Amino acid sequence: MTSLLQIDNLETILHTGATPIRAVDGLTLQIQKGETFALLGESGCGKSMAALSMMRLLPDVGEIVSGSVRFGGEDLLLKSEASMRSIRGKHISMIFQEPMLSLNPVLTVAEQIGEVLRRHFNLRGVALQERILRILSQVGIPDAARRMTEYPFQFSGGMKQRVMIAMALVGEPELLIADEPTTALDVTIQAQVLELMRDLQKQKGMAILLITHDLGVVSEMADRIAVMYAGEIIEMAVREDFLLSPSHPYSQKLFAALPGRAKRDQGLAVISGNVPSLSSKFIGCRFASRCEHAWDLCRTTAPEWSTVSADHQLRCHLYNKDSGDNIQHRVELGKSDTRVVPVSQTSIDNSKLLCVTDLKIYFPIHKGLMKRVVGHVKAVDGVSLSILRGRTLALVGESGCGKTTVGKSILQLITPTAGSVCYDGLELVGLERKRLRAKRAEFQIIFQDPYSSLNPRMRIIDIIEEGMNALNTKNDIGVSKEVRQINFSNGEKVDVLLKRVGLPPETKWRYPHEFSGGQRQRIAIARTLAVNPKLLICDEPTSALDVSVQAQILNLLKELQQGLGLAYLFITHNISVVEYLADEVAVMYLGRIVEHGSVDEVLSNPKHPYTQALLSAVPVVKLESKREAIRLHGDLPSPANPPSGCHFHPRCPKATPVCSEVYPEVTEFSATHTARCYLYEQPSPS
Amino acid sequence: MFDYIIRRIFYAIPILIGVNLITFTLFFVVNTPDDMARMQLGIKRVTPEAISKWKQERGYDKPLVYNGAEEGAQKFTHTIFFEKSTAMFVFDFGRADDGRDIAHEIKTRMLPSLAIALPVFLLVLVAYVTFALMMVFFRATYIDFWGVVLCVALMSISSLFYIISGQFFISKLWHLVPISGFSGGLDMGKFLVLPVVIGVISGAGASTRWYRTIFLEEMGKDYVRTARAKGLPASIILFRHVLRNAMIPILTGAVVVIPLLFLGSLIAESFFGIPGLGSYTIDAINSQDFAVVRAMVFLGSFLYIIGLILTDISYTLVDPRISLE
Amino acid sequence: MTFKPVILWTDALIYLLLVVVIIFAWYVRRNEHLLAPWRRVGHSVSGMMALTVLILFISIGLLDTIHFRPSVQANGSTNNKIYGVQVLSLFDVIATPLRINIEKTYSAPFATHLYTRETIEFSEGKQVREFPRLEFGGAHLRNPEEQFVADVTWRTVAGLSLGLFVWSAFVILLVMLMAYRSGKEFMQTLSAILRNETEVPWNAVFRMLALIFSLLGIALSLSACYHIFGTDKVGQDVFYQSLKSIRTGLVIGTLTTLMMLPFALLLGIMAGYFRGWIDDVIQYIYTTLSSIPSVLLIAATVLMMQVYMETHPELFDTIAVRADLRLLFLCIILGVTSWTGLCRLLRGETLKIREMEYIQAAHSFGVSHWRIISRHILPNVMHIVLIATVMDFSGLVLAEAVLSYVGVGVDPSMISFGTMINAARLEMAREPMVWWALLSSFTFMFTLVLSANLFADAVQDAFNPRVRTLSFINRKIVPR
Repeated sequence: MTSLLQIDNLETILHTGATPIRAVDGLTLQIQKGETFALLGESGCGKSMAALSMMRLLPDVGEIVSGSVRFGGEDLLLKSEASMRSIRGKHISMIFQEPMLSLNPVLTVAEQIGEVLRRHFNLRGVALQERILRILSQVGIPDAARRMTEYPFQFSGGMKQRVMIAMALVGEPELLIADEPTTALDVTIQAQVLELMRDLQKQKGMAILLITHDLGVVSEMADRIAVMYAGEIIEMAVREDFLLSPSHPYSQKLFAALPGRAKRDQGLAVISGNVPSLSSKFIGCRFASRCEHAWDLCRTTAPEWSTVSADHQLRCHLYNKDSGDNIQHRVELGKSDTRVVPVSQTSIDNSKLLCVTDLKIYFPIHKGLMKRVVGHVKAVDGVSLSILRGRTLALVGESGCGKTTVGKSILQLITPTAGSVCYDGLELVGLERKRLRAKRAEFQIIFQDPYSSLNPRMRIIDIIEEGMNALNTKNDIGVSKEVRQINFSNGEKVDVLLKRVGLPPETKWRYPHEFSGGQRQRIAIARTLAVNPKLLICDEPTSALDVSVQAQILNLLKELQQGLGLAYLFITHNISVVEYLADEVAVMYLGRIVEHGSVDEVLSNPKHPYTQALLSAVPVVKLESKREAIRLHGDLPSPANPPSGCHFHPRCPKATPVCSEVYPEVTEFSATHTARCYLYEQPSPS
Repeated sequence: MFDYIIRRIFYAIPILIGVNLITFTLFFVVNTPDDMARMQLGIKRVTPEAISKWKQERGYDKPLVYNGAEEGAQKFTHTIFFEKSTAMFVFDFGRADDGRDIAHEIKTRMLPSLAIALPVFLLVLVAYVTFALMMVFFRATYIDFWGVVLCVALMSISSLFYIISGQFFISKLWHLVPISGFSGGLDMGKFLVLPVVIGVISGAGASTRWYRTIFLEEMGKDYVRTARAKGLPASIILFRHVLRNAMIPILTGAVVVIPLLFLGSLIAESFFGIPGLGSYTIDAINSQDFAVVRAMVFLGSFLYIIGLILTDISYTLVDPRISLE
Repeated sequence: MTFKPVILWTDALIYLLLVVVIIFAWYVRRNEHLLAPWRRVGHSVSGMMALTVLILFISIGLLDTIHFRPSVQANGSTNNKIYGVQVLSLFDVIATPLRINIEKTYSAPFATHLYTRETIEFSEGKQVREFPRLEFGGAHLRNPEEQFVADVTWRTVAGLSLGLFVWSAFVILLVMLMAYRSGKEFMQTLSAILRNETEVPWNAVFRMLALIFSLLGIALSLSACYHIFGTDKVGQDVFYQSLKSIRTGLVIGTLTTLMMLPFALLLGIMAGYFRGWIDDVIQYIYTTLSSIPSVLLIAATVLMMQVYMETHPELFDTIAVRADLRLLFLCIILGVTSWTGLCRLLRGETLKIREMEYIQAAHSFGVSHWRIISRHILPNVMHIVLIATVMDFSGLVLAEAVLSYVGVGVDPSMISFGTMINAARLEMAREPMVWWALLSSFTFMFTLVLSANLFADAVQDAFNPRVRTLSFINRKIVPR
């Protein structure tokens, strides 16, 4: 069987800055007709550049240095730009990560799809319109006849990605390259889009090259998988082999770094160090510096392909039958060190630290001549929750549900419209600025984006000292209870803090841009620890990080909780992180909490249909085949104009007429587990 | 939409009041009418009688904001502020030093100003966008490089140089067109050619370079990559995708100056002897005719504010994402 | 000769600016992350060549800034020194021959005779109308027709060799200094420069310097005996005037920004940071100000200032003080009309920055507003301020010429590009035309503005911000 696409030894260089970056360094792969081939790798490994190289769509700084890309027997790299244009969109199509940026904002959807048909099929007039209408209906755009004349901004994120897919598939390509197609989307929307891609693939029989960093997506979609690291592929296998026995130490680590319920009582495996810079020339194995099994050979000689089975190859000396000395090293492989952190379940004092009751945050909508307030965006609409000392409450929900607003209003960074935030017996809402300031040291926040949470113009020492100086905290820094007694100077405190979060103290003289994302997040944590908080609000602290780095941060957070008795409000959309870290879970939908309970109760026995749908939409790394997700229709409604009754009823598969009338009351399933849904017995009005 | 325009006009009122107050302060408070009279009549030999006569002729002999000598509402209306500043809201600009009605002068002089400003405006848009598109089409080649060099050189030359050398070579040396002057009818053309051409050239450097940056920025956007991935040729990408997006800032940026075209161009009109509002202003400045300058300041900001409103409206016309709400 | 130092208002502000620049440079040198973009400026060939030219202009301007009043030989009295009403600068002293060698009226460049015929009466009573010899220009030639070419050639060669000699001495000194600082051999450093392998493009800078020094040498040797750019209506040397104009241009270009910067910074950041009614008020102020076409606002304000100065002549003891004050006012007025653009830009940037998570982190630490502004926001908008400053400079220099032409520019007694052009323009209709004053002022202005533009480009590239927003800075300060 001849392969559809055959890439040999592709090398791509980016000419940015002083030294060229070898973004793709000797990539070789084959894609068969009709299969889904997943290219898996962490950010910066060159997977997107590889895809752009195949399409010859590199940015101006990019240059393909050598190699060949054979498609249907012809080398695409030797083609003229003009003949390449008849390949693009017709034989190979591509969809991108950011659907909102990838569509032209000032052309209608029909115009943008029509361009492909006009270019490659020379369709005009009614035939063209019909073809556009058909493809839009195929990708599941409701009311396509009307919507095809609308502009991209009138579509939601998920719908835009459907439009992108329609545009890519209308040319009936043999190969679809999907570059992180669902990374910018919410889980429920991601499930919809992935399902759509699978369905269309079945119908049209095209091959898909799926580029992603998400092992879950890979496990749901792929037939064959290649793992990319630092510009080259290090392991290639069919799906079953890869999921059952990932063989390269790096692949193994990726699996081990995934958080999950099974790992709750232990630390996650981490990969030490950082991804090597692609501007340097590699001598040995690219992973050697971070590999626990590396020995001298790994550092001096680049490994060639070794074969595990017919469908499973990798580049690692451990599997090279010709190099004799790998046996001893190989023994250790497999029992990798998942450092078990002793979990002290001896939480001293489980009293309530924070109690939020009926919190409402409305943002007024102004309109008209005098800017009258004509309505409110009900970002948070009556949220109640409480956090116990030293425990973690996870607030789960999709983007736009108001979870971040809850976090910020607890800190009084956003003034609540109504409701109460009671911290340790003290009402924070309406507290005068001065008294609030005195209390600020006790509750702190860690943000999502490590690149915008540190001022680029300040040194690390200034960043960490800022809070200490502003709040005038004396010596009780968040290090450990024992060393708190010692008198530290400010500078020493910074040293201790940096060591505590796993950074060398010398780094305090440097500026944020010299650190990687994970290191920055450590610095942000050190900054909050400096004022010795009791409650940390973690606003998606790991969602911008790669899996291996996420594991480092999660380990650190868990360690700190055990060492210092911190309470966390962990705001996230990532269910596996919740499983790993949280004690309690609150699920939020459109400004309201729909279900609340202990982590076991909610995740193993979800009651609310939304929770059920959310959990089923999460792609899981599992061998048993792609199970059916509960498919949700449509998108999150606007919080400015929420549906009547239960907010979820328009999307709910189990909705009854009563759901659209009145918001359901709380049903208690146990002392801790509650949900608001008419499926369950409503409490009798008392 | 209609609601929005009403609101914008409503917002413009405080700004116009602000402008009015600024001009009032500048022209009557910083220097009293006495100072101005003394200045006009010559510093040295000036008698109090002459001063009061001068003031009376112009109606500057009343108190500034409050007239205690009058009755009722006239305490406020018989003041310089009411008669000279507030009156401008109904386009009553009073009389110039030569006794002519300023509002009438403005009306008759608007058209000659427009006669050179409008062709310049239109040519500039077409020429600069074409030139910038050309540089972007050939980006990273020598055409682009020398184009940018030319732009930097052009923008480093004083506009006075273009006018003076244009007049010298084209009119004086080669006698292609008259040096200066103006007439109505078909003859107008020969007087307009030179000022229009010079007007287009003198702004070329800065604007073309700016348009080029806008185009280049659009070229770097993700939707261009999508368009390339569809297999579209470079010309379609440039003209259909990039140009449509880039024209939004360019067009809306141009709209704001449309009302100001009536004001004409100060320098060009005075060099080429065109009887427009620009040369009117220059003459007023040189003869220190305060009434005219004051009128022009108010008129200028009035037109600018109209320009701002037009800009907002034009956004909704060219950008589907924006609706006036 | 004794003298009394005079510090004019603009002088004081230039000194202040100098101090600010030195402190800034010192601060930048100590902070690697601030230094990095400047290094990138240093790597730009066109930028560094432009900077070389700019430094020459700035040195002339600075020399022209040190003012004093020389003492006048009082008749016999001893201790009681009387100082002349004329305020001179160090540059005037250096260029004394150029300053005092005044002809009767126009003379062309390198002319030995006046540009107009005069009636000369011989002793016999015979009257002849002819072009008389100049008093100074080429006065050393006995027979100009024969000697002129040889003399000019010789002097050019002499000046060129002098220039090149000084240049080589200067270059050797500079290379020695560089070799010393980098700890390398002299020859090693020199060959690196010759092979164009240095980080800073010294090769290009040295070539530029060679050009500058040769031109300087030639101009120096020629202008001693000729009016190399001719003379103007009152017989003053045009070369001298062109050099004097540099200071005026520099003052307008820099002090205007210095004047408006505090307002733009403070108001822009406050509007963006506090929002609410503060934002409304500040927006109202700048919308109102910017709604008046700038040239009209400038004209109105300058007119009023003129009236004020005319009616209060007692405030100024010398013409120089008066002209200087008028220059300062012009800077302030230009500042008032041009701060709104920067203010709007800073407001927009601050609106963006205040939503950054590090600002929210600072809020959650209870850091005070002013501390957030000074430590978080200010350092993060400084690159915009810097780029705005360098980009505005050339526009302001060009604006001065236009404004002086309109009659609302600098004092007519102050030498500037604008007054030179304005004076020469009046002679346009003359046959044959007096072209040299125009050409000379346009050439000098073009050189200054071009180097400023090129340098500004290098700075903007190096600080590499969002190009688009900043392109708005590059607006016309005075519309056509």
